[in-house]
Amino acid sequence: MSQSHTNQPAFMQHHFSDAEQQRESAKLGMWLFLLTEILLFGGLFVFYAIYRAWHPEMFHNAHKVLDVTMGATNTIVLITSSITMALSIRSIQLNKIKQTIWFLVTTLLLAGTFMVIKYFEYEHKIHLGQLPGHYYTYTGVEGTNQHVFFSAYFLMTGLHGIHVFVGMCLIGWLIFKTKAGMFSSQYYTHIEMTGLYWHLVDLIWIFLFPLFYLIG
Amino acid sequence: MNKMPETHYLNATKGIKSWLTTVDHKRIGILYLFSIMFFFFIGGMFAILLRLELLTPSELYIDSDTYNQFFTLHGAIMIFLFIIPAIPAILGNFVLPIMIGAKDVAFPRLNLASWYIYMFGSMFAVFSLVSGGVDTGWTFYTPYSTTTSTSVISMTLGAFILGFSSIFTGLNFIVTVHKLRSPGMTWFKMPLFAWGMYATALIQVLATPILGITLLLLIIERTVGIGIFDPAMGGDPVLYQHFFWFYSHPAVYIMILPGMAIISELITAHSHKKIFGYTAIAYSSLGIAFASFIVWGHHMFTSGQSELAAMIFSFLTFFVAIPSGIKVFNWIATLYKGSIAWTTPMLYTLAFLFLFSIGGLTGIFLGALSVDIHLHDTYFIVAHFHYVMVGGTVIAFLGGLHHWWPKMWGRMYNETQAKIACGLIFVGFNMTFFTQFIMGAKGMPRRYHLYDDVYRPFHAFSTYGSWVMAIGFFLMAYYLFRSLYVGKPAGDNPWGALTHEWSITSPPPEHNFESIPITEHGPYDYDKVVAKSTFTEK
Repeated sequence: MSQSHTNQPAFMQHHFSDAEQQRESAKLGMWLFLLTEILLFGGLFVFYAIYRAWHPEMFHNAHKVLDVTMGATNTIVLITSSITMALSIRSIQLNKIKQTIWFLVTTLLLAGTFMVIKYFEYEHKIHLGQLPGHYYTYTGVEGTNQHVFFSAYFLMTGLHGIHVFVGMCLIGWLIFKTKAGMFSSQYYTHIEMTGLYWHLVDLIWIFLFPLFYLIG
Repeated sequence: MNKMPETHYLNATKGIKSWLTTVDHKRIGILYLFSIMFFFFIGGMFAILLRLELLTPSELYIDSDTYNQFFTLHGAIMIFLFIIPAIPAILGNFVLPIMIGAKDVAFPRLNLASWYIYMFGSMFAVFSLVSGGVDTGWTFYTPYSTTTSTSVISMTLGAFILGFSSIFTGLNFIVTVHKLRSPGMTWFKMPLFAWGMYATALIQVLATPILGITLLLLIIERTVGIGIFDPAMGGDPVLYQHFFWFYSHPAVYIMILPGMAIISELITAHSHKKIFGYTAIAYSSLGIAFASFIVWGHHMFTSGQSELAAMIFSFLTFFVAIPSGIKVFNWIATLYKGSIAWTTPMLYTLAFLFLFSIGGLTGIFLGALSVDIHLHDTYFIVAHFHYVMVGGTVIAFLGGLHHWWPKMWGRMYNETQAKIACGLIFVGFNMTFFTQFIMGAKGMPRRYHLYDDVYRPFHAFSTYGSWVMAIGFFLMAYYLFRSLYVGKPAGDNPWGALTHEWSITSPPPEHNFESIPITEHGPYDYDKVVAKSTFTEK
C-alpha cells in the first residue's frame, strides 16, 4: 500500500481516492441493486396483470376473503417504519448516536409488528384452505381457477415477507454496529443504504395492498 | 532479453488461502479463468460425445434418453457456466479496472463473492449432472420441464444462483466505469473494451433478475403446482416462453457484446492504426443493448403468439443488424492502410470478422417470418447460433486471451503453435457447422437422435470437423500451460499498444499503478504516439 493512504480514516478502502468517491460508488451500486429488485418483483406483477386480465370476475370475488383491516393496519405500520428509518439517518447525520439507535429499534419493532400481523393472516388462510395451486381446497369463491389468485397472493406477499425479514436482519446488525461505534456523521453509508432498501420494501407493499385488498 | 519484475500481483502474497480470500480484481480474474475453463472443457466433452453419436443415423453407443441429457448438459453448461461469464468475469475483471486507470473494481469484496456464488451455483449444475442429468434442453420449456423425472430443479436452481453472480459482476462494472475512472479518462477517452463491458453490464443488471424470477416460478410450479404455466390448471406454457426469452434474448447479447468489445481492442492494437469510427462503435454497443430488450418474440414465431406480435418482432429484429453492421464496417475500415501484424490475436480477429458476419447474416434470414417457418427447429438454427456464439464470442475470447496472456503472466506463448491451433480451430469449426447450415436448409431437425440416411454424409463430415477443432483446443491448452513455465518474458508492451494496461509491468503490480495515472492521449492515438513493442521472437 502506498504512503499517501496512511493518514486516511479507518473506513476508507484503498482503491478509492476520497470518502466522497467511496460514498457515491456505494450509493450508485445500491440504486442498481434496487433496480434488480424491482425487476425481480416485476415478473410477479406481470403474472398478476395477465391472470387478472383473464379472470377479472374471479379476482374480484377472491379478493373479498382478504382482511382489509389487517392489510390497512400493516400499510400504516410499514409507512411509519419508513419514517423512523429516515429519522435514524437524520440522527446519524447530526451525530446523535443514541437517538439513531432508538429510531432503528423502533423501525425493527414496527417491522416485527408487520410480520406478526402477516402471520395471523397467513394462518387464517392456511386454516381455510385458501392456498395456491394444488393445495387450494376452499369453496367460497365463485369463478374458475381461483387457486391462481392465491398463488399470486402468496408468491408476492411471500417474496415481500422474505424481503422484510432480510431488512430486519440488516437493521438488527445496524443497531449492534451503531452501539459498537462504527458509525458517525462522518461515515454512515450502511445506515443510508439499508434505508434505501427499506423504503423500496415499503414501496412494494404500497403496490401490493391495493392490488390484492382493494380490487373493484 | 526482457526480465520479469521482482514483485507483482502473482507473488505479492503466497499460499492457497491468499488466493481464496483475495479481493484483487486480477487474481479474481485468474480464479475465474481456471474455473470457467474447467466447465468449458466439460461442455466441450459433451459436444464431442454428441458429435460422435451422430456419426451414424442409428444408435452408435448411447440410447435416446442419454442423448437428450447430453445435449441439454452441453447447452446448459456452455451457456450458464461458460459463455455468459467468460469474457466479463475473466478478461473484464483483469483488464477493465487497469484500462480506466483504477486500482480495483468499485466493490472488491462483492467481486470475490461473485466468484463464490459462481462456484456455489456450478455445484448445483454438477449435482444434476451426476444425479441423472436433465433432458429438457437448456431452455427448460414447460410443460415438459414440470413433468420429466430428471433433475430439473437442481439445474434451474444452479442457473438461478449463477444469475446472481452475473448480476453482481455487472453491477460492479457499471459503478466502476461511472465512478473510478482516473483523471483525464473521460467517457470518450475510454477504450472501447470498457464501453462494451459497460453495455454488457447494463444488460446483465436489467435482464438477469427476470431469469431469476422465471426459474423460481418454474421451480415452484414443479414442486407446489401453482398453476401459472400448467394448462391443466388454467396456466399458460407460452407465458413461460415469454418470460424465458425476455431474459435469454438479451443474454445472447451478454455473450456477443464482450466479444465485440475485445475485437475493437485487438483490431487497432495489431494493425497499429487509430480505430475508425470510435463514437459509432461506442454508441452501437449501447444500441445493441437497447435493441436486445425488444426482440425476444422472434424465438416464438411458431409458438402461437399472435400474428401481429410476430410481425412486429420480426420487424424489430432487423434493427439489430444496424448497430452490428456499423461495428463490422468500422473494424474493416480500421484495417485499411494499417500496418497489420500477423500475430495470433490478429488471426483470431480476422476469423471473428469472417465467422461473425456469416452468423449475423443468417440471423437476418431467421428473423424473416416466412423463412423462419421453414428453418425453425432445424440444424440451420444450430449452425446460426454456433456461428455467433463460437465463431463470434469464443473466437473473440480466445483472441483476447492471447492478447492479454502476456500481461496476465508476464510470459509469451509459442506463437507458431498458437497460429497452428488457431488455424485448426478455424477450419474445424467451419467443417463442423457450415455443413449444418446445408443439412438444416434441407430439413434435418435439431435435437434428433436418429436421422434419415440422406443426412449421413453431412453428419459424418460435421463430426470429423469437431475432431479437428478438438485437436486445436488441446494444442492450445498444451502451449498455454507450457508458457507459464518456459515462456519468454514478454516485457511491458509486447504488442506496442497504447491503452493503460500496457504502460505497467507484466505481470502488473499488486495495486496496478504506482501513482494515479493521468490520461494524456487517447487509447488509439497511433497516429500521434509511437509505442515500441518490447518483445521479439528471436
